[in-house]
Amino acid sequence: MSAKPRIRVPDSARIGEVIEIKTLIAHAMETGNRRNNDGSIVPRLLLHTFEAKFAGTEVFRANLHTGTAANPFLSFFMKVPGPGEFEFTWIEDGGARITERRALSVI
Amino acid sequence: MNGIRRNVCAILLVASAAHGQQSTDAIERKLETYRSMMKADPWSNPGMLDVERGEALWKTRGGPMNVSLEGCDLGLGPREVDGAFALLPRYFADADRVLDVEARILWCMEKLQGFERAKLLTRPHPGSGMPVKDFGAIATYVAYRSNGQSFATAFSHPKEKEALALGEALFFRRSGPMDFACSTCHADTGKRIRLQLLPFFSKAAEAQRIVGEWPAYRVSTAHVMTMQHRIYDCLWQMRLPEVELGSDLSVALISYLVKQAEGGQINVPGLKR
Repeated sequence: MSAKPRIRVPDSARIGEVIEIKTLIAHAMETGNRRNNDGSIVPRLLLHTFEAKFAGTEVFRANLHTGTAANPFLSFFMKVPGPGEFEFTWIEDGGARITERRALSVI
Repeated sequence: MNGIRRNVCAILLVASAAHGQQSTDAIERKLETYRSMMKADPWSNPGMLDVERGEALWKTRGGPMNVSLEGCDLGLGPREVDGAFALLPRYFADADRVLDVEARILWCMEKLQGFERAKLLTRPHPGSGMPVKDFGAIATYVAYRSNGQSFATAFSHPKEKEALALGEALFFRRSGPMDFACSTCHADTGKRIRLQLLPFFSKAAEAQRIVGEWPAYRVSTAHVMTMQHRIYDCLWQMRLPEVELGSDLSVALISYLVKQAEGGQINVPGLKR
């Protein structure tokens, strides 16, 4: 069983409020620079992109490279435009996508 | 002229000695900044991924018997998880042994879920960069559910006393090709291996702080390391024979460490180099 990504979004916020969103995902972030015991290269396998959409609009994007730690933690801030749903996507080398959604209600 | 040169030399020596001291302190301060940032926001500790994974594993049916581990008695009765870790290791009548959290989870995976013991004991610890094994994630979850509580094992049962005495003897007994005891590295304040400070277990405050942080996330290997894994690795570093997960020897050593940390607050997953 692999771990699910951890995402922290406030349950609710006011319009115009600046909120912090935190994400943490389990991933080895294999750089492609390491070798196995038999001398062969361990193939590169990174999450190369993280993107966050809110109500269908992109609000944050990060390109991750070989210098990113395993199990990457990312946090960013957003000014709340209104109610909506977050869509967080991590894209792995080879095209696999991990997507999580969280709703944000406005008070 | 000679006098001036001597003075310059003396100043340089003083300067370089001061520099060496400063850079060690500076590195330690930066590491402490990093640790305190992580502690300020425990949510961001990657070990929490395995707490959640462990919770799911605990509650999910599995094994040949297709049952969940919720029926596993961690000492407070089946389905009781909160606070159980604070009273481990302890004697379990059904196993007729003293078990720590990991040995107890293994016992339940074997007896309740029907897993083969030999398979559970084959390469039980993760390699660098690999996630902690299932039982380790479950142990991290169980320990997490005692956060804020204090180690309070009574060690009153004769077998618990026996484990404690064995653990103490092992801790101070030098053995193996390098003639090392645990106390070779852990019997003074401020000793370290590379940049990792080593706890002095005879000092209650240090033992309480350190033991309460295990299982812990290790940044250098990018996974949660359990206490059994920690003991396994220490004994490997001492070039002693490979210790079996949950064996009487490893449980005895953990019993001794937990006794030294008695009253210390549980604060897992910790964060290590």
